[in-house]
Order: sequence, then structure tokens, then C-alpha cells
Amino acid sequence: MSVLQLRNISKSFGAIRALTDVNLTLEPGEVLGLMGDNGAGKSTLVKIMAGNFPPTTGDIMLEDGPVVFHQPVEARRKGIEIVYQDLALCNNLSAAANVFLGREIKRRFGPFNILDFRAMYEQAGQLFGELKSETRPHDLVRRMSGGQRQAVAISRTRLSNPKVVLLDEPTAAISVRQVAEVLDLIRRLRDQGICVVLISHRMPDVFSVCDRVFVLRRGRKVAEKPIADSSPEEVTGLITGAIHAA
Amino acid sequence: MPPDTAPANASVAISDVTGIKELTLTQRLFASQALWVTVAVLLIMGLMSLRYPDQYGTEENFYNITRNFSFIGIMALGMTAVIITGGIDLSVGSVMGVVGIVVGLIMHAGKTSDSFLYSWYCAVPAGLATGVLCGLFNGVLVTRVGLSPFVTTLGTLSIARSAAVLLSQNKMIYEFGYSGQQFFDIFGGQFIVANSVWLLIIMTIGFALVLNTTVWGRHLYAIGGNEHAAQLTGVPVVRVKMQAYIFCSLCAAVAAIMLLGWQGSAINALGTGYELRVIASTVIGGTNLLGGEGGAFGAFVGAALIEVIRNGLILAGVDSNYQGIFVGGFIILAVLLERVRGRKRE
Repeated sequence: MSVLQLRNISKSFGAIRALTDVNLTLEPGEVLGLMGDNGAGKSTLVKIMAGNFPPTTGDIMLEDGPVVFHQPVEARRKGIEIVYQDLALCNNLSAAANVFLGREIKRRFGPFNILDFRAMYEQAGQLFGELKSETRPHDLVRRMSGGQRQAVAISRTRLSNPKVVLLDEPTAAISVRQVAEVLDLIRRLRDQGICVVLISHRMPDVFSVCDRVFVLRRGRKVAEKPIADSSPEEVTGLITGAIHAA
Repeated sequence: MPPDTAPANASVAISDVTGIKELTLTQRLFASQALWVTVAVLLIMGLMSLRYPDQYGTEENFYNITRNFSFIGIMALGMTAVIITGGIDLSVGSVMGVVGIVVGLIMHAGKTSDSFLYSWYCAVPAGLATGVLCGLFNGVLVTRVGLSPFVTTLGTLSIARSAAVLLSQNKMIYEFGYSGQQFFDIFGGQFIVANSVWLLIIMTIGFALVLNTTVWGRHLYAIGGNEHAAQLTGVPVVRVKMQAYIFCSLCAAVAAIMLLGWQGSAINALGTGYELRVIASTVIGGTNLLGGEGGAFGAFVGAALIEVIRNGLILAGVDSNYQGIFVGGFIILAVLLERVRGRKRE
């Protein structure tokens, strides 16, 4: 039984056709590498899965039937979490505050509902611990390294026991050592049975963590195959169009 | 994953956390602009009292200073909410004017009629409602229509002032009808210090608690830090920002009513130019004009600093027309300080 299925997804923005008849199936516990050149439609596809906007035509199927998302919150409720490329963090808040942003834990204090700081700090600390990250819940995000920021953004997705986590270019703007850290984070998510979609430009990242690779070119799927049956050369060819389809 | 690693990890994280928390608390205190402004206020008051013990260091002067800054302080609390979200509200002075006229006119009608409608019981809620309406107007234009807060509230500044002039027919209102005396006793009264000062203290504590312990407060900071991120993570950005503008105008309305209670007359020029002093107080107190940073106590001491200096200059015999230069100079100084602190952080 697949976790998420996209059927004949097309998306147009005015006269521009970003996606044409894309089919995609996610199996439980797999890491899928979503690749393609700039403008190939990767971001559009991810945003459709994350609920930023609905497709023009086509269906999104979850385990319990078809769904239509109009807002990210709706997708989140169905167990699809996304880590945006810019991470969507508030630099002026602590790591814990960022993890719980929009989903704060509250407790009663007389007639008032107030923030439950202790519960949030503890739970955030646990999440960082599970990801084996050195991130500390009280630290301001402003003072953090790229890898720590990724850990905060990824921890956020773990609050809801997600089925699918979408990572949009998580390794695009960080140092080599931090890239290794992020790839480890991805493996930990997979070990916990979460399905991960990794959007990336970087061939080595995809070939080190992904089980399958999915290639888009000009809004169309040109390949979807196990990583073991492919090679960086083939994928590069597929992305650029030197190889037509595989 | 081996089951015994998780709890060990968690306990390490928590002990880490307690150590860090104490550190940041002291750090935060010393990095806080509000603290240094408080020191400055106390220092100036102390020095002035020594220099002019008969004029400055008197109970009466203390009463005057606190009453004078209480109105600005109340408005600065509302302004703090808006500025934390990264916005600005230039209309507070005019909102004050129109609220003063609305309350004054309603009570003035009680001179010839003893209808309950013309008592302060109705006039004050009507004034507060006027404030809420102004805030709603600003909030809708900024959040729903997406206009820039600067231009929107600049427009409201002009509209509300005009409304005040039109409503008052350019007359001063000084007869407050049959409930006037009671109104003055309550809103313009005193208990050791003026009632408006007590109200400012209560509102400052209340707003500080709201900012630091509630989801709404947390969301204000989040919006100021990264509005787009807040939106994506499910913070109700439009609602929270709207509420910030409404709260700001409501504070201006409250200040207008307290000021009316003290002055005993309503003129349509009430609050002219106050937006500058209110924003100055907020910024001097350490609220970052770029959003995401600031606090209730800062608004309080920021307002206090301006008034202490103003009052000191008058007693020292400096021409009162120099005030504007000092207030303006302090705004620039505060923003410069912010810039320096911001650089240190990066």
C-alpha cells in the first residue's frame, strides 16, 4: 500500500505549464530523490504535495482516499510535513519556540491559557536528541549553524508523527560537514519509518541516502527507478536531456 | 535505535538547558536597552534633585512627571505591539483627538438632557469603540489589502484629525453635562499619583505578561522575525496583525479618555504630534523598528525618559522650544544604538 500517490498531476500558472501528467508513488519508509534542472517543476510538485496550492488537474491519493489541499496546514493535518528551502525559521526566537511555532503547548493558569515553556523545552530537547543534533532548545536560531538550523526545521516536522517529510534543497547552502549532518538526519527519519522526499541538485547526496530517484524535465517525468539501477551519469543525462527517458 | 540511549540523551539536554537559561537571563538583562534607560532615568532624576532640590525633588514635581508621561506610556504599549510585528502606527495622535471629541460631545449633550445615553457610562465605551474602529480600519488595510503600514496610518492620521475637527465644529468642549464631575473624579483623579499612572502600571504589567507568556505574544514576535515563516507554520498572521493595530488604537483611546479626565476639556488638537513622542518612547525603550524585538517595560521607561528630560530642561530654564530637538535627537540615538547592538550580534 503506497503512502502517497500523485495521479496525472498537471499545473499551469496562466499560460505557463509547470507540470504535465506527472505520476508519483511513495512507498512506506523509502527515501525518494526528486531531481531536475532549475525550472523543471520540482518546487511546483513539492508545493502541490505540501498543500501550498492544488494541482490544475489530477489527484492526490493518501492511504484513505483522495484529498484536496488549499493550505499547508491541511496537508500537515494529513501527515505531510515540509521543510522549506529557506527553512521558514524566525531568527529572533529560540530553537524550541521555532519547533513549536503555530503549535504551541499551552497550560491553564487560572483563567488564562499560557505557554508551557518547560514542556516545550523538554520535548524540543528530546527531538534534537533523537536526531543526535547538538542543537540546544534555548539557543536563538540567529546564533546557529546551518546544520543546527536544519535540525530545528526537521524537528518541527516530527511533532505530528508525519507519514511523509518533504525536504526542499536542504543541502544547498551549507558547509560540507553540515551536509553530512543533514544526510544523517534524513537517515534517522527513514529509520523511524517516515517516508522522505529529498529535492536536491547534488548528485552525491541523492546517491548516498536515496532508495529511488525521480527525475523531472520540463514538467514531465522522465525517470523513476531504484537508485541501484541508475548512475550519476545517467541521472545527469536525464536531467539535461542528453538521455531521453529511462 | 538502542532503547537506552534516548533517556540518557534527554537528561543531558535538560541539564544543558538549565545552565544556559540562567546565562541568557543575565545576558539578556545587561543587553537590554530598557535596563540602561531605567538607569538613565534614575540618574537624571537623582542629579536634578540634588541640583534643584526645591523645584525638582518635590512630591509635586514627581506627581507632574509621572502624570505627564502616563498618557504617552499607555500609547507606547500599543505601539510596541505593532512595532514588534514589524509595522508602525502613525495615526495614534489623531485617534486620540477624535476619541476625545467623541467622548466630549456625548457628555456635553448631557448638559441639557439627563438621558443615560449622555452619561460617561456610555461616552467612555463609545470612545473606546471609536478607537477600535480606527484600529480595525488600519488593520484591514494593512493585512487584507496589503498596503504599507506607514502610508495607511499616515492616511488615518489625516482622516481622524479631520474627523475630530468636523465633529467638534472647531469648538472647544468644556461643559461635560451632569456626569462630568464623576468622570473627572474617576479618570482625572489621584491616589498618591494620578490614576492614569496606576493604569499605566497595570497595563504595563499585564502587557508584559501577555508578550512573554501567551501564544498571542509569541506570535507577535514570530511575525516580526519572519512573517513568511510564521504564515507557513500556521500562525494566523492576518488575525494577529489586525489585533495588534486594534490594540494600538485602543490604547490611544484609553490615553485620550484619561487625558480628557485630567484636562477637563476636549479640543480637536488633542494629541497632535504625539505619534512622534510615542514612537520615540517605544524605540528608546529598545523595541526594534524592524520588528521581532521589544517589550512592555521598555515602552514605560522610554516614555519616562523623554518626560524626565523635558521636565528637567524646563526647570533648568531651557527654552521649551528646544524640546523637539532633544526628542528627535534621542530617537536617532536610540536607532543608532540598535544598529550597534545589531552589528555585535551578527
